[in-house]
Amino acid sequence: MTAPRAAPARAPLFDWLFILSLIGVAGVLIRIVWFTPYEATQGAAQKIYYIHVPAALSAYLALFVVAVMSIVYLWLRDERSDLLAWSAAEVAFLFTSVVLCTGPLWGKPVWGAWWTWDARLSLTLFLWFLTLAYLVLRGAVEDPAMRARFSAVLGVLAALLVPFIHLSVYLFRTLHPMPIVLKPERPSLPSEMLLTWTLAVFAFLFFCVVLIRARYRLELARQGVGGVTNA
Amino acid sequence: MHRAPGTLHAALIIARKDLAIELRTRSAFLSVLVFTLLALVTFFFAWDQTAVSAVDLAPGVLWVTFTFAGLLGLHRSFGVESPDRAIDALLVAPIEREAIYLGKALANVAFVSAVLAIAIPALALFYNLPFGRTILMLGPVAVLAAIGLVAVGTLFSAMAVNTRLSELLLPMLSLPFFVPVVMASAQASTRLLAGRPLEEAMPWLRLLAAFDIIFVVACTMAYPFTIEE
Repeated sequence: MTAPRAAPARAPLFDWLFILSLIGVAGVLIRIVWFTPYEATQGAAQKIYYIHVPAALSAYLALFVVAVMSIVYLWLRDERSDLLAWSAAEVAFLFTSVVLCTGPLWGKPVWGAWWTWDARLSLTLFLWFLTLAYLVLRGAVEDPAMRARFSAVLGVLAALLVPFIHLSVYLFRTLHPMPIVLKPERPSLPSEMLLTWTLAVFAFLFFCVVLIRARYRLELARQGVGGVTNA
Repeated sequence: MHRAPGTLHAALIIARKDLAIELRTRSAFLSVLVFTLLALVTFFFAWDQTAVSAVDLAPGVLWVTFTFAGLLGLHRSFGVESPDRAIDALLVAPIEREAIYLGKALANVAFVSAVLAIAIPALALFYNLPFGRTILMLGPVAVLAAIGLVAVGTLFSAMAVNTRLSELLLPMLSLPFFVPVVMASAQASTRLLAGRPLEEAMPWLRLLAAFDIIFVVACTMAYPFTIEE
C-alpha cells in the first residue's frame, strides 16, 4: 500500500458542487413536469424523453471515461486512473439502468411493446451487461494491482467491442426514433421543448460528473484510511 | 545451450503441449462433445416442427450450443496450468509472453474445430439437412467463428483462473463478446443454408472476419498485462 493520503480523507464528499448538481436536476424535473407543453400525439409519455436521452448521454460520457482511464492505466500504471475508471463504471451502471428503465415506460404506450430488439436498445442492454461484468470482475479479484490490470484490459476490450455490437445489431433493422436534436439539420423540436431538453442534458451531465467525482473522492479517502491502518 | 525459439515457434510448441495433454487424457474433449450432442438433441424437443423449418432453426441451435460448449473447453485452457502453479514454468521459459497466449489460442482453435467437425455432421443428421451442402456452407463460417470465440475466450480464461469466481466469471465476461460472433455466424449460415446468394451473407461474414482480426491482435497485445510481474 502506498503512503496514506490524509488530505482527501478530510474533504467532505457532499460539498457545494454536489448540492448544486442536485438543485440542477430537481429544477429540470420541475420544468419537465409543469413548465413544458405536452406533445400532441404522445401526450405525457413523451416527457420521459427529457430524462431518457440526457441519462443516455451521461451513461456514454461515464463509459467513455472508463475506456480512456483503462488505456491510461495500462500506459502509465497510475493507481488513480484505475480508481477513476472504477468510479465512472459505477456511475455508468446507474445511468444505463435509468435508460433501460425509462425506455420501456415510454415504449409501451408509444410503440405498444415494452421491449424490441432494436439496434440502440440492444446496444444499451449489452453495455449494461458489460458494465456489470466489469464491476463483478473487480469484486472477484483480491490483489489491487491485479484487479486494476484485469479491469483495465476488460475496459479497453469492451471499447473495441462496442462498434461490433453496434454494427451487428444495426444489421437487424432499427425501429428506434431517429435523432431529433443531435442531427445535421436544425433540431425539429419546438423551442420550449428544446430548451427543456438542453437544460436537462446539461443538468444530467453535470450530475454525472459530480457523481463520478464524489465516488472517486470516497475511494481515495477509503484508500487513505486503509493506508493508515496498514501502517 | 539452446537458442530461445521465436514467438511463432514457441506458440506451436505450447499448442502441441496442450494438445498432447488433451490427446492423452481426452477428458475435456469427450465431455464437451457429449454436451454438444446432448444440447443439439435437447433443442429438437423444445421446438414446434410445424412452425419453424429445420433449415431456419438449425444454425441458431448450432451456434448457441457451440458458444456454451466453447466456454466449457476454454475454462480448461488456463485451468490446466493452475495445479502446482505450472503457469510459473511457462512464464520463466525464455519465450515471449505473447507466445504463451498464441499457443493456448492455437490449441483451443484446434479443440473447438474438432468438436465442430463432429457437431456439424451431427446437426445435419438430427435436423435432416442436406449433408454435403451443410458441411460445405457451415465449415468456413465455423472456422471464422471459432477464431473469434477463442481469441476472446482464451484471454478471459487466463484472467478468470486468477479470480474467486472463475467458473462463473468466464461466461459473464465472454458472452457479451460472443454476441456479435454468434449473431453473425447464425445469420450468415441461415442465409447460406437456405440457398440465398452469397451477397446476402457477405456483410455478416465481413463482420466476423473483422472481429477475428481485431480481437486476435488486441488480445495478443493485452495478454502480457494479465500476468503478474
